[in-house]
Amino acid sequence: MTNPNVVLHVADVHKRFGGLHALADIDLQVEEGKTHAIIGPNGAGKSTLLNVIIGKLAPSSGQVVFDGAVLTGRKPFQINQLGIARVFQTPEIFADLSVLHNVMIPALAKRDGMFKLNMLRALDSETGIRAEAEDMLEDVGMLARRDMLAGSLSRGDKRRMELAMCLIQHPRLLLLDEPTAGMSRHDTNTTIELLQKIKARGMTKVIIEHDMHVVFSLADKISVLAQGRIIADGSPDEVRGNPKVQEAYLGGTH
Amino acid sequence: MTNLMSRNDLLLFAGFTLVVLTMPIWLAPFGAGYPDLLQRFMIFGIFAVGFNILFGLTGYLSFGHAAFFGVGSYAAVWSFKLLTLDAIPAILFAVIISGLFALVIGYLCLRRSGIYFSILTLAFAQMSYNLAYSVLTPITNGETGLQLTLNDPRSLDAVLGQSVAGQPVPNLLGQPLSGYAGFYFCAGFLILAFFLAQRIAGSPFGMMLKAIKSNQTRMQFTGFNTRPYALSAFVISGMYAGLAGALLAVTDPLAGAERMQWTASGEVVLMTILGGVGTLIGPVIGAWLIKYFENILSALNDQILARFWSFLPDGAADTMVAITGKFVGDGWFLTLGLVFVIVVIFLPGGIMEGVRRIAGMFRRRSGSSPATRTQPAE
Ligand SMILES: Nc1ncnc2c1ncn2[C@@H]1O[C@H](COP(=O)(O)OP(=O)(O)O)[C@@H](O)[C@H]1O
Ligand SMILES: [Mg+2]
Repeated sequence: MTNPNVVLHVADVHKRFGGLHALADIDLQVEEGKTHAIIGPNGAGKSTLLNVIIGKLAPSSGQVVFDGAVLTGRKPFQINQLGIARVFQTPEIFADLSVLHNVMIPALAKRDGMFKLNMLRALDSETGIRAEAEDMLEDVGMLARRDMLAGSLSRGDKRRMELAMCLIQHPRLLLLDEPTAGMSRHDTNTTIELLQKIKARGMTKVIIEHDMHVVFSLADKISVLAQGRIIADGSPDEVRGNPKVQEAYLGGTH
Repeated sequence: MTNLMSRNDLLLFAGFTLVVLTMPIWLAPFGAGYPDLLQRFMIFGIFAVGFNILFGLTGYLSFGHAAFFGVGSYAAVWSFKLLTLDAIPAILFAVIISGLFALVIGYLCLRRSGIYFSILTLAFAQMSYNLAYSVLTPITNGETGLQLTLNDPRSLDAVLGQSVAGQPVPNLLGQPLSGYAGFYFCAGFLILAFFLAQRIAGSPFGMMLKAIKSNQTRMQFTGFNTRPYALSAFVISGMYAGLAGALLAVTDPLAGAERMQWTASGEVVLMTILGGVGTLIGPVIGAWLIKYFENILSALNDQILARFWSFLPDGAADTMVAITGKFVGDGWFLTLGLVFVIVVIFLPGGIMEGVRRIAGMFRRRSGSSPATRTQPAE
């Protein structure tokens, strides 16, 4: 069962919220450089699964292993420093800061580590970090908005900026929780192109998505989650033809 | 210098320095151009600038910063008693001691955030006050307050063969620090304190503090350990408070427990909010205004009010004296509270927001380009 290409292994994870069994016996293996999609109806436990991976929630049992390191029990900032970044379902951004600063901050975390008392240096003299952030904003098509307050952006732009905040860290594993929700068709297509471009660079991704068009144009592998269980997984074609998946999506969830 | 500070920062700093150094001149028409009051402007300006690093930049509202101010005063007076009457060692000693004290209290209080953090700081400060007032009497001289006496050991001065005749007073390299010398001494520290705060706000570290205030969750998932950042901000602002406390001891070498009371902690919160939380200059202006009006209003009494209202018919004059009398003298806190309520309701960004609004009105009148209408950051 040990596949040397597996970089993320979610092993026998359970998560209970009181009486609710939000994740039941989840076993998920993500291979290096691949895009692994997780699909499933609302409330299936998809976001909860990402929360367990990045240390926002502790699993009730089981553990998560990333590239040989056990993540369970580590703090979110330690998990990020190992090379895992996440785009949230509702954007988590620095609303009171400019778009440019929003993107420079994660770059500083990557360069300086989890704490550095560099208070006599001027932020303006960080020209390298600034140039990197501007390139990143250019990539997501937001360079023109760099001086705006992040909080005043449209929902779609907030997501794109948050994506830039993750990408600038060149994470080894990128987790995306519905990255195109709230975007127009045009913005969705731009985002797909961007994600395909990163895929070419070999970044491993776990993506939660409702939009089947997005899923089938990006995923190498798909896992289907319903009521906290993985009910099917395989290549996009295998999953598409699976009757259990049809049932879960057509509302026959029992 | 340009890669240390941007042009705007440099201009702000130069302007600030000029305004401070010329205060004895431009404050004279307001009846505030005398050293004793000017010194207090400097000291509470430092206190507020430091407080803003924690509250304004990092978003942690401490209700206990007077404790560090008080510790600074006690430490400075002890330095005068045990070592030397020179002000510099006293200030260094005070800043170090209040920094260590802030490290311990900050470490404990920062285990919580929001309102729980505020309450913890308040609790620790009240404990410090009570300790200073009673339990720690051997160190603080309790109710009477710690003061200098002729028989203090002053070991460093003794070694150097310096003795004092009459009541001992702090000095700087043998020069007395009374009158304007005292003011310029404190002004130098305010300018230095402002410069450092400006550098901190414009550094990557300062950006992290602002980011913590904006979204602590995102900071954690971005790979930052937010605790040491917040603790550093707490200790820095505690050291600023200690510096302010030490300077007060330099100008008036008597340290009492009331400096640590919650009303003193609340006052620096008011100064910061009144001037403008998170702005560099706002807290200083807030401190100056509060100290100015405190000076005027707390000196008023019923006789002065009676003279002021004497143009009214007798009955009306008496009523006005009775009403206004509640707001002056010891009742000055009532006025302060009222002003505070008005500012928070109508001008939540403080005086600096008022300045920005007025500047914005002028800019709009002189015709605006569409580019300035998109919301700029900061
Ligand atoms: N922190 C929490 N506390 C209690 N229940 C939660 C919590 N987070 C999620 N849940 C519940 O767990 C289930 C799965 O939620 P979620 O993972 O957000 O679903 P999805 O992302 O697949 O739509 C839902 O029933 C939700 O109400
Ligand atoms: Mg979800």
